[in-house]
Amino acid sequence: MTHLKTRLWLSMAALVMVSACGGGGDGASESADKTVTILGVIVGEQQEKLEAALRPFEEETGIDVIYEGTDSFATLLPVRVESGDAPDVAMFPQPGLMASFAEAGQMVPVTEFMDQATLADAYPETWLSLATVDNSLYGIWYRASVKSLVWYNPKSFEAQGFTVPTTWDEMLALSDQIVAAGATPWCVGLESGDATGWPGTDWIEDIMLRTAGPDGYDQWTNHEVPFNDNTVQTAFEEFGNIVLNENYVVGGSVGAISTPFGDAPQGLFGETPTCYLHRQANFIASFFPEDVDLEEDVDIFLLPGIDPAYGTPVLVAGDVFGMFNNTPEAQALMAYLATPTPHEIWAGLGGFLSPHQDVSLEAYPDTLSKKQAEFLTNAETIRFDGSDMMPGAVGTGTFWSGVVEYVAGEPVKDVLDTIEASWPE
Amino acid sequence: MGFGLLGFAGTQPNLLRVLTALVAIALGSVGTFAIFYGLNLLVERFPRPWKNRLLPWVYMGPAVLMLTAYLVLPTLRTLYISFFDSRSENFVGLKNYGFALTNPDMVIAFRNNLLWLVLVSGLSVGLGLIIAVLVDRVKYESAAKSLIFLPMAISFVGASVIWRFIYAFKPAGSDQIGLLNAVRQALGLEPLGWLIERDGLLEPLWTTLRLPEIAGLPTFLPLNTLALIVIMIWLQTGFCMVLLSAAVKGIPKDVIEAARIDGANEFQIFRRIIIPMITPTITVVTTTVVVAVLKVFDIVYVMTGGNLDTDVIASRMIKEMFNFRNFGRGSAIATVLLVAVIPVMVTNIRRFTQQEAYR
Repeated sequence: MTHLKTRLWLSMAALVMVSACGGGGDGASESADKTVTILGVIVGEQQEKLEAALRPFEEETGIDVIYEGTDSFATLLPVRVESGDAPDVAMFPQPGLMASFAEAGQMVPVTEFMDQATLADAYPETWLSLATVDNSLYGIWYRASVKSLVWYNPKSFEAQGFTVPTTWDEMLALSDQIVAAGATPWCVGLESGDATGWPGTDWIEDIMLRTAGPDGYDQWTNHEVPFNDNTVQTAFEEFGNIVLNENYVVGGSVGAISTPFGDAPQGLFGETPTCYLHRQANFIASFFPEDVDLEEDVDIFLLPGIDPAYGTPVLVAGDVFGMFNNTPEAQALMAYLATPTPHEIWAGLGGFLSPHQDVSLEAYPDTLSKKQAEFLTNAETIRFDGSDMMPGAVGTGTFWSGVVEYVAGEPVKDVLDTIEASWPE
Repeated sequence: MGFGLLGFAGTQPNLLRVLTALVAIALGSVGTFAIFYGLNLLVERFPRPWKNRLLPWVYMGPAVLMLTAYLVLPTLRTLYISFFDSRSENFVGLKNYGFALTNPDMVIAFRNNLLWLVLVSGLSVGLGLIIAVLVDRVKYESAAKSLIFLPMAISFVGASVIWRFIYAFKPAGSDQIGLLNAVRQALGLEPLGWLIERDGLLEPLWTTLRLPEIAGLPTFLPLNTLALIVIMIWLQTGFCMVLLSAAVKGIPKDVIEAARIDGANEFQIFRRIIIPMITPTITVVTTTVVVAVLKVFDIVYVMTGGNLDTDVIASRMIKEMFNFRNFGRGSAIATVLLVAVIPVMVTNIRRFTQQEAYR
């Protein structure tokens, strides 16, 4: 027993040393029994869909895929890597974390065993560049989400004679029209436990893209302009025009802060809707009440552009696979993930969008996902969720709490100064 | 990016890991029993004066070692890390302490902790004492005590979930699922964001008294923080009551009877006999509650996530350490918290030794 433990520890220590020396070498001895381990954030029902999408790979190659899903991915993964127990492959919910491992030399670029041209055919340029660190591509994109969606109930729109807006001004005019009709236009829900405020950061990011343009947006997320810059203030104030208008939002600002983000869209449905518009990413459909018919009771439009010069950009997020251990099994899995097959399988199971270019619209089972996939492929400008790219102290800290402060009535300047002060040097 | 653990990994030599592994193997395979047995045998072989000198250490040794490994060393390490930057790479001097003591969010956390300390320890000990003395005189004592003690069985997180339903807010006009807002709506009042409103509870009073110029005072009792404090009082009162009740019952009946014969009324008995006789227990209970309050973070974490000025020191520490991965700041806050607890612990231990000395 003692002997076995010693050997285990020694081999782990050896593995750490090997991976610390640039991640080279061949860890093949570790996986003689042909397995590949994945650590990811997906759990529950979604995990079953992921496993279904990986089944053809297992059957074809005889490699056993061992997937482990965890809610505390961002905490667990660094600990695992540090202790020399890195999974072969990790499914990152955001590219920022992957980039920091790549920068530390703990990951294997996919171009070491895959053809750059194949990948360029498979994925749009924007997505590839999002997974590139120091000119090396490290990630294979799998699941995408579209954030710039406004959800509405076509039935209640028709009943009231409302029409879908195509510009920001039209959207505000529609909001006024809804108020004039004695109703409340927007359902906003910012509450999300210790992550309260994040839906508001998505709003700000969407507006930043529309008022400061993609370049202004990049400068903001990279901190080339300070957080208390005028462009950011403009975006906050544009958000404020909606969220701080007590007539526009169900329950006013207190309602916005205390409504759980998953409950917020419920107001769209039922006999007497309490609201008519709800801005949220594509995943929110899984939070709708059971009796909502996704084909008839709900529809979406892209959050309209503000500055015509920047068109209608699309804010996205997604899951990207990155490789820690350079084993043949892991290589095979990464290559499989870059083929349309796993994308099409999950797309067919519903609730999934793929950034892969070879996945046809036919793969999506329902109108809503088809529409979202269309928005994704037709988008002129795509930007990744900015708060995911900022340092944790801001992106998962003061930006979230700052939005809450702003909605609670704190002056915009104070809010932005606080966030700027919290940006790590 | 904001994940300091990665850089941290580089500075840790593998030597430490191997050492940990060896210690783990030794402890795991040999076993505690063998240690005690073997050491005892060894000591038995020494000549008499040495045997007596060594024996206590043999039995205390493992405990001392454990405490060193799991308490003393981590504390020292925390202290050490608190002088380094977020990734524990560069020495930054007292910068993290500057942050911990002057950052506006930290100042608010200190204010909140002060409120928590005064209100929770004051009210839960006070209420616990009153209830302990009162239930001592009723027939249904055990039922009443169980009812008040019941919240003690619930974890802080569980209690927070329950109280979220009590404070829940729904927009005016819709069905209120929150108890308090349902009551307000039934009375014809607007629902209130109990966890959002940070205006001082006394603000309406100041405005009617036309005293808005007393800056600081209006926000000294912010509603959302008070709403959280109530939860802790609800949880701790039972604990205080049970210990104080035991102390009250421990007072010899003849003392109280003698006082009655001497003509003391019930209030005088309470004030002059009960209180002085249970003072040691009151101190111990108070200090225990104080330490619990200083450590509280779960209630804040679950109820408000520290938003809108409800953070306390411990919840800021968790945020800096685990959410923002700033080890330096997290450790500095931990150290500040430790320093704040020390005087309380000293009082507690001193009381305890005094009490032991009486016996």
